[in-house]
Amino acid sequence: MTEVTDAVGPAGRPSGPAARYDELIQPRRVHGSLYTSPEIFADELQQIWYRTWVYVGHVSEIAEPNDYVRKSIGPQDVIMTRTADGEVHLLLNRCAHRGNLVCEADAGNSSSFRCPYHGWTYRNNGDMLGYPFHQGYGGRNKLELGLGRVPRVGVYQGFVFGSFAEDGPTLEQHLGEAKGEIDRLVRLAPEGEIELSAGFLKHRARANWKLLAENETDGYHPQFVHASIFSVAESGIGALYGEKSTAVTRALGNGHSENDLRPEFRRLGVPLGWFGTTEEKVPNYVKAMRDRHGDSGAEEVLIEGAPHVMIFPNLFIAEIQLFAIQPLAADLTVQHVTAVQFKSAPEMNKRMLQQCVGSVGPAGMLLADDTEMYERNQAGVAELRPEWLDVRRGVDREEIDERGLTIGGATDETGMRGFWSHYKHLMTEGRVR
Amino acid sequence: MDLREVEQFLFREARLADEHRYEEWEALWTPDALYWVPANNDNADRMTQMSIIHDNRNRIATRIRQYLTGRRHSQVPKSRLRRVVSNVEILGVEDGDTVVGANFVLVESRERGTEIWAGRYTYRLRTVEGEIAMAYKKVELVDNARAIATLAFLI
Repeated sequence: MTEVTDAVGPAGRPSGPAARYDELIQPRRVHGSLYTSPEIFADELQQIWYRTWVYVGHVSEIAEPNDYVRKSIGPQDVIMTRTADGEVHLLLNRCAHRGNLVCEADAGNSSSFRCPYHGWTYRNNGDMLGYPFHQGYGGRNKLELGLGRVPRVGVYQGFVFGSFAEDGPTLEQHLGEAKGEIDRLVRLAPEGEIELSAGFLKHRARANWKLLAENETDGYHPQFVHASIFSVAESGIGALYGEKSTAVTRALGNGHSENDLRPEFRRLGVPLGWFGTTEEKVPNYVKAMRDRHGDSGAEEVLIEGAPHVMIFPNLFIAEIQLFAIQPLAADLTVQHVTAVQFKSAPEMNKRMLQQCVGSVGPAGMLLADDTEMYERNQAGVAELRPEWLDVRRGVDREEIDERGLTIGGATDETGMRGFWSHYKHLMTEGRVR
Repeated sequence: MDLREVEQFLFREARLADEHRYEEWEALWTPDALYWVPANNDNADRMTQMSIIHDNRNRIATRIRQYLTGRRHSQVPKSRLRRVVSNVEILGVEDGDTVVGANFVLVESRERGTEIWAGRYTYRLRTVEGEIAMAYKKVELVDNARAIATLAFLI
């Protein structure tokens, strides 16, 4: 504890922007100020949210030429657009003149945006179109002020990510081993394409974003936090995260992590068992899957089911639910969530939507209780006495698998430690120390 | 249905929800119940779009059973609630059910803080064995397109 006293003052605040992250983040514990300090939050915006690859949206949300949808990267308002030639752009929703919002609607179709304040207009690739009363600027085409752009846009399997860094690792390098988990989701769609067409619930938590990210692949909490719904809905989910479960928690590198439930699903060997339904209830879907993957291929895909993966820093795919974590302040986060939908699979889509609505969002039978936990954690950590939070569960029984990745048991904090290791790397990288 | 009777039913339903009298509240529903809180758009297609709550009779029963375990953490301790239901109007009759509209303002107090919830109710009411019962309750929150706090009580 003494080693951090000059980095963290009595109120637990770091002494300056160069907080000593190597001391605040240790292999078995992390410092409480990481969740509460406004200075650290400001540092995270620069070192993580405005630098690394962040999930923004999905191409299906802007399916047609000139479609757009309002999204965000951290607190920053971003417009995701598709130009007439099919290119995807991420534009900052801020007029180059006086900073007004140029896009007020949540979604729409337009080849241009017009600022309501002084009528400046922009193409949907961000280029400037014009400005009224141009004599004041010496004539037409004298200004070249486009909308701000997220400099790098990457798309993987339809998932759109943005990075404010001009250079650095490519999206594929960033995703690394997590790519395979996205692939697993997409191969459950009979045409190999998912669609995010159901709109998002927006759930506000008075908690730090990292409490949400850490919880997403924490297999220790479900039996306690979700006991109420597991017991009344006769759900088999609780057992997946028990002491006897053969499921594993895997750190995928670059801060990504997963609960790999396949060992349990393979052991049970029931097609669609992971989804709590049977082949008879979705015959057209099963037929389409057999046509695409062959009988034995389809059997394997349908038994293994969907991934449960947290992609650093903000995309969480929980089987058929997709979450985007949006940090707004050290103690305020919005979780955006929607049901995954498969292209051309109406039977499954209806079930996935109804199951998702029952589970997540402000009134969800699962997520309302998770959010209660984040908020109580935040209240407790704000006290900063004692100073540390523990992340050691399973640290002495971890193994390295054949892919060179760290795995722990179903209830171990292996994913969290992977998260913190990458976080520390990003927060200290490139700093004068 | 008489407006005064309708109002008395709405006020009683509100009081049961405010006081977490889960089983009595559940008993107000007909077997074809639909309890719906849309998200993003009051008239969203509930079969293809995310809702905040979209419960048939079966799921209402599950929701109530979850509360009754006493381990629904987002309602342990229970929110302190009081709502005002006003502007009650009988809007017409549809398939034999009386369609009723009303506005509400609700104050929720929890350790997290105090939230103000407001919106519009639409009910379909019918008389079953001499008593009014509800077949449909739709809750259009004025905030339904924005990020909202946990809403784990009966709205």
